[in-house]
Amino acid sequence: MATWTWFHRLASPPHVYAFARRWTPWFGGFAALAMVIALYGGLVLAPEDYQQKDAFRMVYVHAPTAWLSLMIYTTMAIAAAVGLIWRMKVAHAAAAACAPIGAWFTVGALGTGMLWGKPMWGAYWVWDPRLTSELVLLFLYFGYMGLRAGIEDPVKADKASAMLAVVGVINVPIIKFSVEWWNSLHQTATVMQLGKPKMNGDMLWPLLLMLLGFLLYFIAVLLIRLRAELLRRERNASWVREVLT
Amino acid sequence: MFFMIVATLFPLTLTPEMSRLRDAAPGVLWIGALLSSLLALEFLFRDDAVDGTLEQFALSGQSLTWMLFAKTCTHWLLTGLPLALTAPIAAAALGVSFEAMGGVVASLLLGSFAMSLVGAIGAGLTLGARRGGVLLSLLTLPLAVPILIFGARATQLAIGGGDIAPPMYLLGAIAVLGLTLAPLAAAAAVRIGLE
Repeated sequence: MATWTWFHRLASPPHVYAFARRWTPWFGGFAALAMVIALYGGLVLAPEDYQQKDAFRMVYVHAPTAWLSLMIYTTMAIAAAVGLIWRMKVAHAAAAACAPIGAWFTVGALGTGMLWGKPMWGAYWVWDPRLTSELVLLFLYFGYMGLRAGIEDPVKADKASAMLAVVGVINVPIIKFSVEWWNSLHQTATVMQLGKPKMNGDMLWPLLLMLLGFLLYFIAVLLIRLRAELLRRERNASWVREVLT
Repeated sequence: MFFMIVATLFPLTLTPEMSRLRDAAPGVLWIGALLSSLLALEFLFRDDAVDGTLEQFALSGQSLTWMLFAKTCTHWLLTGLPLALTAPIAAAALGVSFEAMGGVVASLLLGSFAMSLVGAIGAGLTLGARRGGVLLSLLTLPLAVPILIFGARATQLAIGGGDIAPPMYLLGAIAVLGLTLAPLAAAAAVRIGLE
């Protein structure tokens, strides 16, 4: 029974709003802390890579950004599916709040990848499966946001864009495994694999900490956006009046 | 028709040299096919949605999934099939040899069918949207990328005289996946639009 009351409270906008307001500073604070420590660990403490020298340090920004761009899409699709199946308004709001953040992370992953690619591959952009599929992910985010903006009726917009998010999730494994399926210039996964990571511990811990920091940052921004989204959607509800006065 | 015009425009813009056109042929054929099926997709459900036929479908008590599947199939028969059948003319104009035509037609047949199925989802979703045509392209193109990759690869191999079976199998797999899931998704999308 306890789990179900938890689930029902998750579906109530005022409760989620209060929760988001309480927890945003915590997530934001720890995100900043983790990122600062990870930056110091990654830029100062970690040893040079024997092949890429100092340029490898781009991994501390690039890899977490790219992971997050995929993870946010998955989160969005799950939230959208929950919204479709259980007709939860909060889930639709959460999916809507995810999309712009995910799009920015995708832009970030592409941008930092380009900066990294220039010294390593000698070109900002190559038509490589990983790069192309990441670009397609960006277009998926755009399509999702475009569809949501294009439909006037909010309930229809929620449902239609949720359908799209769920259909588009097929792209996520394609991006994840693109470097293994096709011979690619992009290096294969060195961290996210079963067994022992192929990376040195001194290099690895700042990376994982940075991932944690980015993850917390995402949650903090998501909670802020979710609050704004809930206020906009529930602007005629009585709890909004109570919260804002 | 649009497909033929696109195909004739490429020699004007790229180069009239046959050997270089032949290299560009897979790209020309597939981009042409993709654009023309996108143009056609806009009218897959739109007219029926405007005059209320889709509502009658949904109310008829029959399975909306099968109805839309049948609609998608007829749509393909009227757009994808003629496109694939006229492709040899365009391909020949681009310097593709006669032996390669079988592979070109086969890959376009399968690819355009998969494209119609995937596009049906997008067409269903954009029914209730303003500026549906632009949105439809934005939604459908990312999902159509795998079709384009394997289809163009098959055409390329056919023109180069290679074995087209591997990309054709993958293209077939996409078509089967689309065949099983796309009508369901399209029916759900149309229902959302009709509510």
